[in-house]
Amino acid sequence: MRIALFITCFNDMMFPRTGQAVTELLERLGHTVEFPQGQTCCGQMHFNTGYRPETLPMVRRFAAVFAGYDAVVAPSGSCAGMVRDHHRVVAAQYGDAALAEAVEQVVPTVYELSELLVDVLGVTDVGACFPHRVTYHPTCHSLRMLRVGDRPLRLLRAVKGIDLVELPAVESCCGFGGTFALKNADVSNAMLADKMRHVQETGAEFLCAGDNSCLTHIGGGLSRLRTGVATLHLAEILASTEGDGR
Amino acid sequence: MSGADNVVWLGTPAFPEAARTALADRRLRANLRRATGTIRDKRLAATAELDDWEELRETAAALKRRTLRHLDQHLLRLEETVTAAGGTVHWASNAAEANAIVTRLVQATGESEVVKVKSMATQEIGLNEALAEAGVRAYETDLAELIVQLGGDRPSHILVPAIHRSRSEIREIFQRQMGKWGRPAPEGLTDDPRDLAEAARLHLREKFLRAKVAVSGANFAVADTGTVMVVESEGNGRMCLTLPQTLITVMGIEKVLPSFADLDVFLQLLPRSSTGERMNPYTSLWTGVTDGDGPQDFHLVLLDNGRTATLTDEVGRQALSCILCSACLNVCPVYERTGGHAYGSVYPGPIGAVLTPQLVGVENAASLPFASTLCGACYDACPVKIDIPEVLVHLRAKAVEAKRRDRLLPTSEALAMKAAGAVLSSPRLLAALERLAASGARLVARDGRIGVLPGPFARWSGTRDTPAPAREPLRAWWRRTRGEGRTTTEGTGR
Ligand code: SF4
Repeated sequence: MRIALFITCFNDMMFPRTGQAVTELLERLGHTVEFPQGQTCCGQMHFNTGYRPETLPMVRRFAAVFAGYDAVVAPSGSCAGMVRDHHRVVAAQYGDAALAEAVEQVVPTVYELSELLVDVLGVTDVGACFPHRVTYHPTCHSLRMLRVGDRPLRLLRAVKGIDLVELPAVESCCGFGGTFALKNADVSNAMLADKMRHVQETGAEFLCAGDNSCLTHIGGGLSRLRTGVATLHLAEILASTEGDGR
Repeated sequence: MSGADNVVWLGTPAFPEAARTALADRRLRANLRRATGTIRDKRLAATAELDDWEELRETAAALKRRTLRHLDQHLLRLEETVTAAGGTVHWASNAAEANAIVTRLVQATGESEVVKVKSMATQEIGLNEALAEAGVRAYETDLAELIVQLGGDRPSHILVPAIHRSRSEIREIFQRQMGKWGRPAPEGLTDDPRDLAEAARLHLREKFLRAKVAVSGANFAVADTGTVMVVESEGNGRMCLTLPQTLITVMGIEKVLPSFADLDVFLQLLPRSSTGERMNPYTSLWTGVTDGDGPQDFHLVLLDNGRTATLTDEVGRQALSCILCSACLNVCPVYERTGGHAYGSVYPGPIGAVLTPQLVGVENAASLPFASTLCGACYDACPVKIDIPEVLVHLRAKAVEAKRRDRLLPTSEALAMKAAGAVLSSPRLLAALERLAASGARLVARDGRIGVLPGPFARWSGTRDTPAPAREPLRAWWRRTRGEGRTTTEGTGR
């Protein structure tokens, strides 16, 4: 399969390792991965903060850059959700018929990583090995926007050597919410405090999620408090193999 | 007075500031954590019992949406049937009109006090205050509403207005205030729930037996029969609805349902969603007046107060499907921590964040659509499937648009968004920014972590470390190790 990697602007700049992991993983499974250099951002921050007209060029660019692949994979539940739920809205509100058509074509090919692996490629055991205690935070947009369900957990359970422990109050929001963390910093912190407490209760070494934005928020707090718990994107655990001695 | 003046409480600061105060209140936090936690579990258990829960939600959502599309017809039909059954229908386009109608009706009876059934509509219009100005005392009879009224307080939850109060606080309010409003609290009152309920019972019984006029809201009204319905738990509503001579019901126009059979769906959804019960204890229905039984004079005040304007918004109007079950409040992680007062509105929580700005105009409640992480828990809980996150982002766009229109932009946020928009629309600029960030980070990061960020980002870095941007972003790594990737015109565009 010819798969385009939509790294997302945030991962591109902050977490290239996640993109490399997705690439390694998919190539290991026998697929071709391409990285269209024209890609930028899904427009989520602008859209969710109310700056809708500003997202139009991003929606336009996305539809053009990612046209024609068998699948497009994004290692971010919220960015995949933005494309799937909102690009049509932007195209209809501010675009033209041609853009609406282009968006219609590209949207069904876009998948969050666990969806691509489980639904499209039909694998749950990706041959990974990660001998550590891990807890998983599902992230709200993966859970309630994309409805990825237990796909990420099925993938994690198949990882060799992993000690997967359930996070208490697993479905509650971590309090990130994009610009919410700045606009409502106090509420965001109150939510973060509870999430960190739950993470620590598990005794995990790693907190895993399918979205580095939530992980930056929770991980930032865990780091500030010197808890010793690290955060890691799902892709990086799935890309790990016996030899790499993590 | 613009119709919706009472929907928002004047003087309440914007949500972030009000929330900060609430978050610091230890007792409030503990009360909320306990109360919302309990009700969440109960709701989940009660909804899991029904195999067709999702179908019920679908049906209710479709029914409400369809009814709202032809609201005018259903309302006219309701007026006909209520009138035919011996009631009188009044139309109020805003709060001031509704208050004037109710005041006039009460004055016509010659009475100077009324008993009240718990009602959001009368709170929305500030009826108690309007009646007080006209020399009429309104007594709240719902237990929680009574606690709020005696405490000189404001409701903080749709269904459990005193959710922010603990037992000991309630005991103290009863002891201090009951005597000023009527029968005092019994000597030696404890904070045992049974004792507190008994004190309220004795205090209220006096009011019920004396009252000649009652004021209520309505959960539903049926157009084809003229039947009005109130759903409650305590039976205090039933007292008000049956004992007095005159009954005045104030109802938002969105509460009408086409036919009696439609109640079937909502009576399954409402109690399970709101209190986690299979059935609510008291369901009162009445159709006009009945000779020798119950109130002999019935008035129905149909309230618009911003609803018609809300109906014109194709995305936002779904908020009018709300049956005020409060499930969205109970599951909301923001509400759970701030409580209702921070929303500065009669309608708190997620539904308040989408309803209030629409009723009063988004520029008058501009911080509310942003009082959410968009986690979506509210949407999943809502029995009529209001896509609250969708309406929230829709209203955020309207809030920004309103600022643009009123030339309040460019704010620093708008400028930042504009700049970010330019960078994020261009791979060339994005790559340049990535290089800049990487070299800048090298100067300030320690062990790959940045402790303090400048400007508005200090609010972030106050509690969180930030990883340093990568030395080599993915796009650069890809180009170095694998070449350009696909190069189409779009692919390399600026
Ligand atoms: S929006 Fe939905 S969940 Fe919230 S109070 Fe209304 S009906 Fe209930």
